[in-house]
Amino acid sequence: MEILMIILSGILVTCGVYLILSKSLLRIIIGSSIISHAVNLLLLTSGGLKKGASPIYEKHQQVYADPIPQALILTAIVISFAVTAFFLVLAFRSYKELGTDNISDYKGVPDDE
Amino acid sequence: MILWIVLLPFIAALLPVVIQKQFSKIHTGWFVLPVPVIASLFFISKLSNINPPFFESHRWMPSIGLNLNFKIDGIGLLFALLISIIGALVVFYSIHYLSHREELGKFYTYLLLFMGAMLGVVLSDNILALYMFWELTSISSFLLISFWYVKARSIQGALKSMLITVFGGLMLLGGIAILITITDTTSITEMINQSSTIQQHPLFPLALILVLLAACTKSAQFPFHIWLPDAMEAPTPVSAYLHSATMVKAGIYLVARLTPIFAVSAIWTYSLIFIGLFTMCFASIKAVNQKDLKGVLAFSTISQLGLIMSLLGLGSFAFSNQFKEMYIIAITASVFHILNHASFKGALFMTVGIIDHETGTRDIRKLNGLLTMMPVTFTMSCLGLLSMAGVPPFNGFLSKEMFITAVLNVVNHAMSSHLILSIIALLLMFIGSMFTFIYCIKLLKDIFFGHPKDNTSEKPPHEAPLLLLVSPIVLITMMLIISIVPNVFLPLLTAATASITNQHVDVAHIHHFHGINSPLLITLAIIVFGALLVATYQHWSKLYSVLPERFSLNHGYDFLLKHSQTTSKSINQFLVFKTIRFSMSAILVTLILMTVYVFINHSVAINFKSLSTIQPYEMILVGIILIATIMILKAQSRLFSIIMLSAIGYSIALLFVFFNAPDLALTQLAIETISTALFLMCFYHLPKQYRHKESATFKLTNFVIALLAGICVTVIALAAYSNKLYPSIADYYIKHVYDLAAGKNMVNVILVDFRGFDTLFESSVLGIAGIGIYTLIRLRQNRGEHNEKTK
Repeated sequence: MEILMIILSGILVTCGVYLILSKSLLRIIIGSSIISHAVNLLLLTSGGLKKGASPIYEKHQQVYADPIPQALILTAIVISFAVTAFFLVLAFRSYKELGTDNISDYKGVPDDE
Repeated sequence: MILWIVLLPFIAALLPVVIQKQFSKIHTGWFVLPVPVIASLFFISKLSNINPPFFESHRWMPSIGLNLNFKIDGIGLLFALLISIIGALVVFYSIHYLSHREELGKFYTYLLLFMGAMLGVVLSDNILALYMFWELTSISSFLLISFWYVKARSIQGALKSMLITVFGGLMLLGGIAILITITDTTSITEMINQSSTIQQHPLFPLALILVLLAACTKSAQFPFHIWLPDAMEAPTPVSAYLHSATMVKAGIYLVARLTPIFAVSAIWTYSLIFIGLFTMCFASIKAVNQKDLKGVLAFSTISQLGLIMSLLGLGSFAFSNQFKEMYIIAITASVFHILNHASFKGALFMTVGIIDHETGTRDIRKLNGLLTMMPVTFTMSCLGLLSMAGVPPFNGFLSKEMFITAVLNVVNHAMSSHLILSIIALLLMFIGSMFTFIYCIKLLKDIFFGHPKDNTSEKPPHEAPLLLLVSPIVLITMMLIISIVPNVFLPLLTAATASITNQHVDVAHIHHFHGINSPLLITLAIIVFGALLVATYQHWSKLYSVLPERFSLNHGYDFLLKHSQTTSKSINQFLVFKTIRFSMSAILVTLILMTVYVFINHSVAINFKSLSTIQPYEMILVGIILIATIMILKAQSRLFSIIMLSAIGYSIALLFVFFNAPDLALTQLAIETISTALFLMCFYHLPKQYRHKESATFKLTNFVIALLAGICVTVIALAAYSNKLYPSIADYYIKHVYDLAAGKNMVNVILVDFRGFDTLFESSVLGIAGIGIYTLIRLRQNRGEHNEKTK
């Protein structure tokens, strides 16, 4: 199962990177969301996917799923949500301000000197 | 005491600006004059007792070995005397040369700064302190050259000299670092004692080359001489002081000081001899066709410095050869010529300054027949030029004789097995000396003889005021004393030679006449041929225009400077002003290359010991995620791709359920719902067109990069998973979640108890994002109105 999850994450990263390299701003945001999904999966896999009980303490239970990656992923989900939300509003604003969502038109302006 | 003498100019440098404001009636130079006079008196008092050398040490930064340790020995004292005495004369001269309208405060501040730095260079026994003072001379020289900073040529000259000498300075720092690493000391005396250890070290040749580069840039040796003619934009007292007598001899001092360490090496000896001789020859040829008086003197300085360099090289044979006395004469000759050159070149610069001051021009073509109008200036120039030309009985002749003798000695003995090298050395020596004679005599003939041209000069030429003439007269008198009774200076010369060679030497007297021998015959030949060539100058002067300007070194320097700027600018534009995609690709390609490099160079075992079984419903979810991902890539509508994205999100939430992570599943579900809503909200405002036209190659390169990046991530994850080095710390949390933290949900306990800080800052991130979004939207309204107004 772990190998399968790792390969799945690899494929998600591939698609995410492909989307990030494209021209449309929305596709870039979608790509970054996909990559954060892939990272979360990798985190979970790194703890091992051995079947144990959910990490909720019970008296006679011995084997649990690893709680640390879960705590890490929980933090990561919230942060990536915050970033995605900000990114979306930013995209919306820059479209309003610049009139395009084509990333290849977003170029730095050389200094006057 | 030496410390205070070295620090005196630095302390005094704080004052001139204030003094000029307070006492604007009196020339600021009068307040500065006591500083070099006190220094000169101090050094003259040291003349009698420099054997053994006088040491003085002051702790400054002992932990890095930078201390103000001073040593007065023969060579140091010779230079210190030159610096302080010529410094006093230059200050006296500039009092009458510069008018009250100039920014005198600044001028004397820079000059004092330079004087202190130069004294520091020649007296420091600590090599780090030497480097510090060395760079200070570069900086103060830069400031002095650009003294008239409104003139573009001054700025250019200052920049050029700064770039070249600081380049050399940094090379010196490299050389010093190597020497310190080898010897583990920063004292020059200690280093010389350890010279045999240094010579066996593998880094010895590198240190040698670096030091040589430093000396060549500072002392304007070929091909680094180009800064010196441009430095002539400085006020003439500065040219007389820095660019003839003192700073340009710092490189010579460095070579002389480190000769006991490096002289055993053939690279050192031969490069000094040939760089020196070539510079001498080249610069003397260039000096002949200069149009500017100071240009002639600049090239003549370069040429004379080359002569001194080559003498030091010739003398270096004393360390690797059996006939010591024969080669040590060369070192004595170099010391003697340092003294001679400082005396006549200082005087010549001052007389040129006087001519400039009294006629209003320095152009040789406009000056003519000044003999009757400026008799005193003429007499001084004549004596100085004849001495420089090497005409008997002046001191230039004495050192030129010694130079020729040294070259002949080396050619006959040390280099006798290398016929071609010998011939080149002899030829360079002869041509160099001959052209030295030519430009000296030609200069004399062009300016002072012939008919006066009244109409071309701006002011009616007349003799300079007496006070302006005092300094050059003193220098010329010194020159005459050396010429007539050279043996007065013999103790100083012997001491200096002894301190360069680091052993006791006895030098025979300097004679005016050795009998009829080969050096005398060569001198006669030089004078005869030189005189012939001066007389026929009109016929061969066209040869100078054969070599076009394009091949000159100045052109090369300009080319380098210009192209380093344009190239860096174009690189910058290429890298910075590309699209974001370019930067992203660069980052990803770097990631890919680094991964490939690591996996090629390190064998990474991939093994899977603890794999869990694959359940069918998990397979189905994986399938859904894959299909959804592919659909996003192919999607033409925004709505469709968003729905596919949430499909991925919800499937992952389900996966979390199967992997026994209930909190994750809950959060993921909630967050996915909110983000989908957010995406949909943004649609209302974003443009209808979802995908921009992308060419096939654009897509292909993106695909290749993406695929490779994905493979890299997969491979790294596989390798990381199969190489677990330590057991997890999760057991601790699992064991103590109830008894230490009084909670049953381990994930929650970790989040708020064991690792509560993460949660605190994660909440801040959320808060900041909220504030950011709010600001963005508010800002839109304000700016929108503002933009409409301005439009």
